[in-house]
Amino acid sequence: MRITVSNLTKKYGTQRAVDNISFEVKTGEIVGFLGPNGAGKTTTMKIITCFMAPSDGDIKIGEYSIHEDQGKIKRKIGYLPENNPLYVDMYVLEYLEFVAELNGVPKDKIPRRIAEMVAVCGLNVEKHKKISELSKGYKQRVGLAQAMIHDPEILILDEPTSGLDPNQIVEIRKLIREIGREKTVILSTHILPEVEATCDRILIINEGKIVADGTSEILRKQAHGQEVLKVEILDAPSKDEIISSVQQLDSVAMIDPYESSEFGFLINSKNDQSSKRNVFNLCKEKNWILTEMTPIETKLEDVFRNLTTK
Amino acid sequence: MKEIWIISKKELRSFFDSLIAYILITVFLGMSGFFTWLYGSDIFFIGQATLQPFFSVAYWTLFFFIPALTMKMLSEEKRSGTLELLLTKPVSDWQVIIAKFVACVELIGIALLFTLPYYFSVWMLGPIDHGAVWCGYLGMMLMSATFISIGLFASSITNNQIVAFLLALFIGVFFLIIFDVLADNSTGGVGQFLSYLSLSTHYGSISRGVIDSRDILYFLSISFFGLYLAETILSKRNIVE
Repeated sequence: MRITVSNLTKKYGTQRAVDNISFEVKTGEIVGFLGPNGAGKTTTMKIITCFMAPSDGDIKIGEYSIHEDQGKIKRKIGYLPENNPLYVDMYVLEYLEFVAELNGVPKDKIPRRIAEMVAVCGLNVEKHKKISELSKGYKQRVGLAQAMIHDPEILILDEPTSGLDPNQIVEIRKLIREIGREKTVILSTHILPEVEATCDRILIINEGKIVADGTSEILRKQAHGQEVLKVEILDAPSKDEIISSVQQLDSVAMIDPYESSEFGFLINSKNDQSSKRNVFNLCKEKNWILTEMTPIETKLEDVFRNLTTK
Repeated sequence: MKEIWIISKKELRSFFDSLIAYILITVFLGMSGFFTWLYGSDIFFIGQATLQPFFSVAYWTLFFFIPALTMKMLSEEKRSGTLELLLTKPVSDWQVIIAKFVACVELIGIALLFTLPYYFSVWMLGPIDHGAVWCGYLGMMLMSATFISIGLFASSITNNQIVAFLLALFIGVFFLIIFDVLADNSTGGVGQFLSYLSLSTHYGSISRGVIDSRDILYFLSISFFGLYLAETILSKRNIVE
């Protein structure tokens, strides 16, 4: 199911938590909401899931609008709210049954769905326990299980891996990837490697606005259109000579000495050009020894920081 | 409709899972039994086969117990965030409120069911006015419904159970005592109005065996009003500024 968000605004008092954002999520896409705390990720999710009404704008899930067809939309969506609230004094199976009934899963299919969810989310060992007795990781799995129990076409997951240990994080990510093959998934996080690992597309949200939209590669390129090389050159007569000869290469925009090593340099190429060959040939020609040449990738962290701090 | 049933079933079960139900039933039976059969102007003392002493004790016991039942119903859901979980399922605000209301009414109904042996015992002791007894039970249920809806309203405005409990008691005291006292001290239309608001007036006539549609309307409208306020407060999150 396609999600179309158009001109969505949510105000709390005078503050605009979500400020006129529009985007679209296609069927089968895994989209990551990325943003600092308080950027409006959770609010957007609460509006998509029909928990809150927006101040302005509309969201269409398929052809249903959040203003008119809340009941139908709620059936299509599986939602894991922030901090994974659960009825902690219920038993795992009892809770899953309750949620399945509430979501209108036909009575005869409920046991099968529960069994499937228990298997998919790895709850088999803990399924007879009370939810309050479970560790945080297992609680998170119960949260995911309840979100998927009615086999929804859309999954909205608000920080699905928060508070998990690294092994659990890897497992949950794998799970989300698997689910994402058939379903539309929106997840929010502020862990950057997570979106890279799980999402097809990233939306960076800051102060209620979308500041970037695209795959992680596109975002990297946008943030840093140039190639940056870290090189180390030995056997040259002087540093200045290296600098002046490299500067003369056609593709090089700028060369800077690298702070931490004596003969290290950072070479910025001109837009859409690569200097790797030229630098190598130059060294060969002059009989300098090239001991290091590493392309420096712009990290998503940098992209994120650039876009969200001013 | 089905959703109301599912949620209320879960709520009722959680009363029994969490000891609340057992404590309520035990203490309710203990208190009312003690005052009905053993202490003060008990049944033997008045020398009449009537359940009146039981009803007047139960009236006060329920007044204290019902806020304890309702205090966590919405406040706890708000505090822990499960309200969001619930309301993003295909359920409306009204269905949640009514389901919780139904669960509380059911629990009180069960507690009252356990007092039927009192009725049968008194019946064996002498000629009993059956109409008055059933009216007493009806009045008890209506009064409980009123307190439950007041309790749900109190629970809807706060995240804190204690606040919800005290607030429900506070509002309850107005309906039980204060309106009555004020009515005695005022005259004319104001006095009549306050006397109409007082729950004890209406409860009194029902428990004597007089079923008047105005009394029933009173209980039902206060119940509805309480639930309506609770629903309004829940849906406040949707207000477009």
